[in-house]
Amino acid sequence: MAVAAISKYEFAPADTQDKFHGAQLLYIGWEDHLLFCAPFAFPFPPTMRFGDVVAGPMQAAFGYHPDFAQIDWAKAEWFKSGKPVTLDFDKSLAENGLKHKDVIRFRTPGLNGIKGSCN
Amino acid sequence: MDMQVAKKKLGLKERYAVMTRGLDWTPSYQKMEDIYPYIAYEGIKIHDWDKWEDPFRLTMDAYWKYQAEKERKLYAIIDAFNQNNGHLNVTDARYVNTVKLFISGISPLEYVAHRGFAHAGRAFPGPGPRVACLMQSLDEIRHAQTQVHSISNYNKYYNGMHDFHHMHDRVWFLSVPKSFFDDAITAGPFEFMVSIGFSFEYVLTNLLFVPFVSGAAYNGDMGTMTFGFSAQSDEARHMTLGLEVIKFILEQDPANVPIVQRWIDKWTWRGYRVLTLVAMMMDYMLPKRTMSWKEAWEVYFEENGGALFKDLARYGITMPKCAEQIALEKDHLSHQAWSTFYNYAAAANFHTWMPDEDEMAWLSSKYPESFDKQYRPRYEFWREQAAKGNRFYNKTLPMLCQTCQIPMLFTEPGDPTKICYREVDYKGDKYHFCSDHCKEIFEHEPEKYVQAWLPVHQIYQGNCFPEGTDPTVEGFDPLAAVLKYYNFEHGRDNLDFDISEDKKNFDEWRGQATKNI
Repeated sequence: MAVAAISKYEFAPADTQDKFHGAQLLYIGWEDHLLFCAPFAFPFPPTMRFGDVVAGPMQAAFGYHPDFAQIDWAKAEWFKSGKPVTLDFDKSLAENGLKHKDVIRFRTPGLNGIKGSCN
Repeated sequence: MDMQVAKKKLGLKERYAVMTRGLDWTPSYQKMEDIYPYIAYEGIKIHDWDKWEDPFRLTMDAYWKYQAEKERKLYAIIDAFNQNNGHLNVTDARYVNTVKLFISGISPLEYVAHRGFAHAGRAFPGPGPRVACLMQSLDEIRHAQTQVHSISNYNKYYNGMHDFHHMHDRVWFLSVPKSFFDDAITAGPFEFMVSIGFSFEYVLTNLLFVPFVSGAAYNGDMGTMTFGFSAQSDEARHMTLGLEVIKFILEQDPANVPIVQRWIDKWTWRGYRVLTLVAMMMDYMLPKRTMSWKEAWEVYFEENGGALFKDLARYGITMPKCAEQIALEKDHLSHQAWSTFYNYAAAANFHTWMPDEDEMAWLSSKYPESFDKQYRPRYEFWREQAAKGNRFYNKTLPMLCQTCQIPMLFTEPGDPTKICYREVDYKGDKYHFCSDHCKEIFEHEPEKYVQAWLPVHQIYQGNCFPEGTDPTVEGFDPLAAVLKYYNFEHGRDNLDFDISEDKKNFDEWRGQATKNI
C-alpha cells in the first residue's frame, strides 16, 4: 500500500548507511537474559573483526550479568534474523555477511539467567 | 463586544443554529475544492454535512463564559495548594516522578492536540464539526496551560521538569508519545479525528486520565487532582465528539467502513503502546496504588470498550484485532516497562527504584500468573547488587521499533521469556518492529515510517550533541554529550531515587513540618 497524499509523497529514509560516518548498525540480543530489557544497537565499521565485537563492546554491554563470564563461545549458538548462522570470530562483519541494520541473537546453552529464570 | 440581539429571545436550539450553522455561507467565486483541499484524498465520502448532530449545542459565547468560571475556581485552588506547601503532603517524594512523566510526556501532547483540532476544523466544510473542533482545539491549549501552571509549583522544588518541552522534542523515551501524535497530525483530517478524537479520546482516555487523576487524589496531590476535575467536563465533550465523528462518517457511505476500521485497528494499537508509560506508572510509580494496570485494562477496555464495539457492530465495525495480543500482554506490560526505565535510569528525567517487600507482595497478588516467576528474580538480583554498591545502569543504547519507537522490550505473545522480533525489507534497507501490529502499520505506509526520527539512530548519526561538540576529540564521552543536549543535569535529574536530591530534600522539608529540629 502507499500513503494517501495530496501530491507526490517521496522522502529519503532517515537511517541509510551513508549517514553513519563509515559505520553500519548491528543489533545484538542475548536469548534468555531479560535482565537486559531489549537487544542493543551498535555502530561498527564493516571491517571490524567479529571476535573484537564480542571481546570489546559486547563484554561492555552484557558483562554486568554473572553468566557472561561463564560463556563458552565455542558452544554459543548464533541466529541472524531468527535463523541459525555460523559467525567466524576471525573474520570481519562484512566477511561474515553482516549488513547494515542486521539483527543477530545468541543463545548460551546451560546459561539461562538468574536462577534459570531467563533474566 | 457588543452584539446585535434579536428582539425575541432565542431558544437554545435556535440560538445554536444561528451561532453555528448560521455562520456558514456558500462560496460564490471560489471553488469548494480549493477552499477545502484536504477533504477528498483519504477516500472518505461525505454526502450531507448537515446530518452532523452536535450533542452539546454549545455556542462560542457560552463556551467562554463557562470556561472562564471553571478556570477561576481552578486557579484559586492551585494558589491555595502552592501557598500551603501542598507538595509536602504527597505520600512520598517518589510520587513526584509521575508528575515529571506527565509534564514532559503528556502536556506537550495537549498542545499538539490543539494544533491538530484547529487544522481538522479548518479542513471540514461542515459548520457543525468545524465549531466542535474549534472548541476542542481551545480546550486542548487551555489544558496544556493549566497543566503547566499546576505543575510549575513542583518545578520550584524538584528536579527533572525545568525544560520539559525541550526534552519532549529530544529525549529517547519521549519520542514515543511525540511520534504518536506527529503521526496523527500528519495524517488527513478524517484520520486525525478517528485517531485522536475517537481511538484516543474515546476508547483509551479513561486509561490515561483516570489513572493520573485518581493517582493524584490517592497520593495527596491536590493541585493535579483539581486540574483533572476541571478538565473532566471538557473530556466528556471530547468523548462525545469522538463517538459522533465515527457514527457520522460510517452513516454517510458504506465505502467508509473499511477505511475507518483500518484506522481504528491502527490507532487503538498505537495508543495502547503509548499507554505502556501509564501501565508502569500505575504499578510502580504511585506510592499509594489506585488499581493495577491489568485491572484498569479489564474495566476500561475489555468491559467498556467491549460494549462500545458491540454497539458499533451495526455499522460493520469490529473489535480491533490487536485486543487479543493486548490481553496476553496485560500480565507483563508494566513490569517490562519499569525494568526498561530501571535499566536506563541514567538517561531519564525522573528517578527509578526497586519496589520494597510490601510492594513486591502487592505485585505478586495482582499478577499471580507472572510476577513471581518472571520478574521477582530479576528485581531481587538488582536489589542485591544495588545493596553491594553495584546498581545496574545500562549504558548501551537499545534497539527500537521503527513504528512505536519503544525499545524492543516486548516479549512474544504467549511466551514471556522471548523478545518479539519482526522485520521487513523495504527498498534495500531493513526495518525492525516490536510486534505484528507495528509491522503491519509500517507495511501499509512504509514511505511515512522510513522517515522516523529514531533517537538511538540519531545519536549514532551524531545529531544529538550540543552545537559545537566535536565527537572526534580524545576522551569524548557520548553519553555525557547526549545528556547535555537533553538539558539533563547528570546526578540530579537522573539515576536512582534512593540517592536523589529529591528524596533528601523532601525528607528534610517534611521533617521540618513534623519534628522539632
